[in-house]
Amino acid sequence: MKKESHWLTESVRGGLIGGGVIILLALIGMIGRFAERPVIDGVLVLGRLLMIAVFFAVGYGAARNELLPVTRLLTGILAGAVAGILVDLFVLFGEGVNIRPMFINASPELYEFLAFGNLAMAVVAGAITGLVAAAFRFLPARLRSALLTGLAIMVVIGMLSDQLLLILNNNGLARYVQGWLLAPRGVSVSGAVIASVVIAAISYVQSVRRAGQADQPIAARRPNRLVTATLWVIAVAVLLFLPQVLGPYHSEVLNQVGLFVLMGLGLNIVVGFAGMLDVGYVAFFALGAYVMGMLTSPEGFIAQATGAWNFWEALPVAFVVAVIAGILLGIPVLKIRGDYLTIVTLGFGEIIRLLALSDWLRPYTGGAQGIAAIPPIEIPGLFSISGPDKPQRLFYLVLIACLVAIFVATRLKHSRIGRAWMAVREDEDVAEAMGINLVQTKLLAFAAGAAFSGISGTIFAAKLSTIYPHSFGLLISINILALIIVGGMGNIPGVILGALVLVGLPELLREFSEFRLLVYGAVLIFMMLQRPEGLVPDKPQQLVEEGA
Amino acid sequence: MWVIGGLVLVGVVWGSVNTILNNPYSRANWIDFVVFGLAQGCLYALIALGYTLVYGILRMINFAHGEVFMAGAFTGYFVAQPLYDNGLMASQPILALLIVSVVAMGTSIIVAYLLERICYRPLRNAPRLVPLITAIGASLFLQYTFAGFYGTGVKTYPNVPSLEGEWEIAGIGVLKTQVVVIVAATVLMTLLYLFVQYTKIGKAMRAVSEDKETAALMGINVDQTIVRTFVIGAALAGAAGVLYALLNKQVQFYMGFQPGLKAFTSAVLGGIGNIPGAMVGGIFLGLFESVGPSLFLEGWQIPAPYQLKDAIAFTMLVLILIFRPTGILGERLAKKKA
Repeated sequence: MKKESHWLTESVRGGLIGGGVIILLALIGMIGRFAERPVIDGVLVLGRLLMIAVFFAVGYGAARNELLPVTRLLTGILAGAVAGILVDLFVLFGEGVNIRPMFINASPELYEFLAFGNLAMAVVAGAITGLVAAAFRFLPARLRSALLTGLAIMVVIGMLSDQLLLILNNNGLARYVQGWLLAPRGVSVSGAVIASVVIAAISYVQSVRRAGQADQPIAARRPNRLVTATLWVIAVAVLLFLPQVLGPYHSEVLNQVGLFVLMGLGLNIVVGFAGMLDVGYVAFFALGAYVMGMLTSPEGFIAQATGAWNFWEALPVAFVVAVIAGILLGIPVLKIRGDYLTIVTLGFGEIIRLLALSDWLRPYTGGAQGIAAIPPIEIPGLFSISGPDKPQRLFYLVLIACLVAIFVATRLKHSRIGRAWMAVREDEDVAEAMGINLVQTKLLAFAAGAAFSGISGTIFAAKLSTIYPHSFGLLISINILALIIVGGMGNIPGVILGALVLVGLPELLREFSEFRLLVYGAVLIFMMLQRPEGLVPDKPQQLVEEGA
Repeated sequence: MWVIGGLVLVGVVWGSVNTILNNPYSRANWIDFVVFGLAQGCLYALIALGYTLVYGILRMINFAHGEVFMAGAFTGYFVAQPLYDNGLMASQPILALLIVSVVAMGTSIIVAYLLERICYRPLRNAPRLVPLITAIGASLFLQYTFAGFYGTGVKTYPNVPSLEGEWEIAGIGVLKTQVVVIVAATVLMTLLYLFVQYTKIGKAMRAVSEDKETAALMGINVDQTIVRTFVIGAALAGAAGVLYALLNKQVQFYMGFQPGLKAFTSAVLGGIGNIPGAMVGGIFLGLFESVGPSLFLEGWQIPAPYQLKDAIAFTMLVLILIFRPTGILGERLAKKKA
């Protein structure tokens, strides 16, 4: 067990860590870069918010429950102040020694910002925030989490306000909210108060209701059919009108998310259901895209020999090729388990990309230039539904593909083969002893996973109309893996949520794109430390329901 | 399965024979390939040791190790440049390089220490997938942290004046930097081997990698030993960073990825968890990569075979894992994994 040290040392330690984090953020450039970016119009900029959030976390962490109330307040003040002092020391150091040649962000403006104008202010701000944080800890837990949710969502709204205004503008609604709720950048002061209070209230009511339900038997917890049906109708209606409401840019983002949902569902079969960690999954995505390119583009070598195919003719070919590739790549790794499997799949993924890139296969794959002029998808005799200017139409195709994939994945999960996968995941040897054919089961998982990814690749190719080997790097595989894990492994709604959070959100936060992967990495670490089961944990299927 | 293996083998032999018969390269070319491969392989081996040490002790792939290497090499630049500017690099090359190495190794050690403390220690008893994901996250985080610190541009290490040009060794001209890299890496690896075999700390490390609980019962501080393992791996990675900079001159925030992947491949090739294995694997991979494209592919009339060197490396990785999953020297801890 950890030794309990004195509260003084603990809070000084917390303060030092907090100060260190602020300095780190400053040197990375986040604080300086956002020194002008308002979250609440005219009151709070993002850079300041980052600092205050750290002070708050430090004060909150220091004020441990077992201490006396007065001591708790004191620890909060102390920890915040120590963090402030450390930041001040850094500023003094930076003003004395020029570290700019090394750390490009260490500018005089940054120092001024870090010190809150003058050095004493940083300490005071740290101390006050620490005190508030310590006091905040006296509130009941439910209220606390509701308030934090409210504040967090308010901040997200503030960061996305320009996007929201863009969407609202599409529909002529912007003038109703601009001013009192949203500023061009950030929320307005009244908007901040309203948004946080309303969301906090909703979240509070929700958590009270959920707590009430927990006592009831499972059968009673289930919402009645009428409500479910209404919700479904609303959901379908929303989805149908979504592209028109959102406009082209956000439809494009949704399409991107949709393609990742497709791949995520496929990889979820391999990793989540069957427990084989595949990090070369992008290979099948690339294969689908390349087959589409070779068959439909006038540059593709097959198309040159046979005449260009259309999307619908090429789709089944890509599907079959992906499935065969899944099986072919699956056969050699049948006997390999655990970490080695990860490495072999990583090797496969890289080999496919390198081959596509090489001069050797240039006549077939186009080398580094890839394949261009892939025609858009057409509904024969009617109109085209993809291409650079038609993301709103493509949305429906992606939506249909996703719905089919969700349906197939759900059915597979609850089928005999799905249970076999999960048995293999839990223990291969026991599964084999229970009569599960390991070869067949594993190959089916690889083939199914590859099929989803291949289809996603075909749509990707038609959407972009040009494909390069560089679009199929290891980072995509990692991205898909991460979205499954963040969403909740083995869980289908989790995949969708994961794709929205990890693919959709970064697309919307373009303005922050230079820190995208940084935050992404931090989120992965944080998730694994705090919530390794994901946002939507997969519940084991219950065969007998209590109270039923 | 063996049919595939046989086909690959026949392909390699056929390609090599053809190449040798046509002989497009002179003897000096081949020697260049070999020496370059050796130098590159030594770097892989140094980094691979970090993977292998950590794997041996924690059974986890420290995916972020390539970034530890990058941190050292990148930070070293900010010491090397001033040393070059004030002339120390010219007048006292050994001292200057030592200073750069100490800084690079120090940075790598700090990064690895924080990595272990923040990202891995809390997850020691988690399912295996969890620390792997954390490591991937840490890898991204470190890359972009350093990009934020030092900028995304490429920095060019200064030349060490006394290491320009070639040395004549047994009638063959060899680049001086390559010789230095090979010698330094060999010395470091020998030191590491002696350290792990004969010192008390080394014995503790081996004991912990055999069995954590029993080691703890014998009075070994397991946490401390794990930290030391990370620190040693990081020190080697930092040194490899400086040697890499000597060889390739250019550093940037993204430089850790490829060597990291290759080093990892080397560790697996040699048998992960096995210290001499990592050394052998690294050198083997370096040689294979540098000689392989010309030797095996040239004979097949494949254009620009050099582009496929990474593909060759990964193909070899896949083949070795399929046919001899414990690596060339065998995994020391194979029994416990099942």
